[in-house]
Amino acid sequence: MTTLALRRPTIPLPVVTAAAAIAWLMAWILEAPAADWVTFSVLGLEHGTHFGEAIAFFLEDLPKVLLLLTGIVTIVTLIRGFFPPERIRPILARRGLVPGSFAAAGLGVVTPFCSCSAVPLFIGFVEAGVPLGVTFAFLISSPMVNEVALVMLWGLFGPGIALLYMAAGLTVAIVGGLVIGRLGLERYVADYVWKLQAPAAQPMISIHLTWSDRLSDAWMYTRDLVRKLLPYLVAGIGLGALIHGYAPTDLVAAIGGRSNPFAVPIVVVLAVPMYSNAAGTIPIVQALLGKGMPLGTTLAFMMAVTAISLPEFVILRRVMKLPLLAVFIGVVATGIVTIGYLFNFVVS
Amino acid sequence: MRTIEVLGSGCANCRRLEANAREAVTIAGVEAEVLHVTDPGDIVARGVMSTPGLVIDGRVVSAGRIPNAADIARWLTTEA
Repeated sequence: MTTLALRRPTIPLPVVTAAAAIAWLMAWILEAPAADWVTFSVLGLEHGTHFGEAIAFFLEDLPKVLLLLTGIVTIVTLIRGFFPPERIRPILARRGLVPGSFAAAGLGVVTPFCSCSAVPLFIGFVEAGVPLGVTFAFLISSPMVNEVALVMLWGLFGPGIALLYMAAGLTVAIVGGLVIGRLGLERYVADYVWKLQAPAAQPMISIHLTWSDRLSDAWMYTRDLVRKLLPYLVAGIGLGALIHGYAPTDLVAAIGGRSNPFAVPIVVVLAVPMYSNAAGTIPIVQALLGKGMPLGTTLAFMMAVTAISLPEFVILRRVMKLPLLAVFIGVVATGIVTIGYLFNFVVS
Repeated sequence: MRTIEVLGSGCANCRRLEANAREAVTIAGVEAEVLHVTDPGDIVARGVMSTPGLVIDGRVVSAGRIPNAADIARWLTTEA
């Protein structure tokens, strides 16, 4: 299909890409001093006051998160375009439960995931002979450990926390897949799934994409995501700014702190009705960490917001009977709580 | 008469693809019907797992992305 590529009468692609990259870098270097200058010189607010610190936090963080988000999501979407589920399915179908769960969790990191694709993905995997446990390892890992969250964590908190988050998420996915696989829950998959077409009859599709297709896809996806996330980011960073400027450290510590032994399960339960993309939770995470919430509790909150989402469960109910869905939720929640406690215990 | 099928669960992206497909039919000036396939079993049977997918006359031309109207029109006119 390359030969058919439409010639658009525009500026050459490399030029546009390079210009965008340079503009991004300039903005990244200039945004912190600019935010400071606006807060303390233009608005004339004072250092050290609640209000001044809150405004400075907001003005510095919003552009920073927006820049990180646009830059990283574009690059990551571009990379993910090379790993569609259609391509990784045959890889997973050939493996047993244990190697398969490891592979699925790892591939879940780079594969694009949208909860509206969860059902065809589930059916497609199970049909093609991917073991149930391996399918679940993928379903857990894909929304939770995505590279957007990783790179944002890296950019805001450094490599240590990012790698810890990844290790934790992969562990939950692998252990979850192994547990579900060992439990032998195949009979709780909705009956019609097993009655569908034999996998051999399913066509292997291959679609050729040009670089121009890939770049414009990545940019469109990023633009949509940022637009969708913007109100939440403003609210999240606003909340973060309030926490940063006003919330007494004692209050955060009392609810989420070390002295409350139930902090980890509490934040996990709080996260269930909250549904957000991993990237959307980061400003809140940043503010909570800054106020002294322990790392394990904070990461448990973040993992729960992304991996335990009511809308996704409603969708998955169409392919799973209740016991299987309950086991899925139970395994993921238990995994997250365990990791939260573990991190609080190890990192102190 | 061409057949265009949009594969997807009815999410925002699938509706956008359907709109693009309809626009493409107008641009290409061909006679075509645009169908929306929402049954997950049917979607998987075409080998597609990442929605939205696009099928023209039974052939999968795109999956997991939203091609624009101009691209779809090109597929409609060049691969008749």
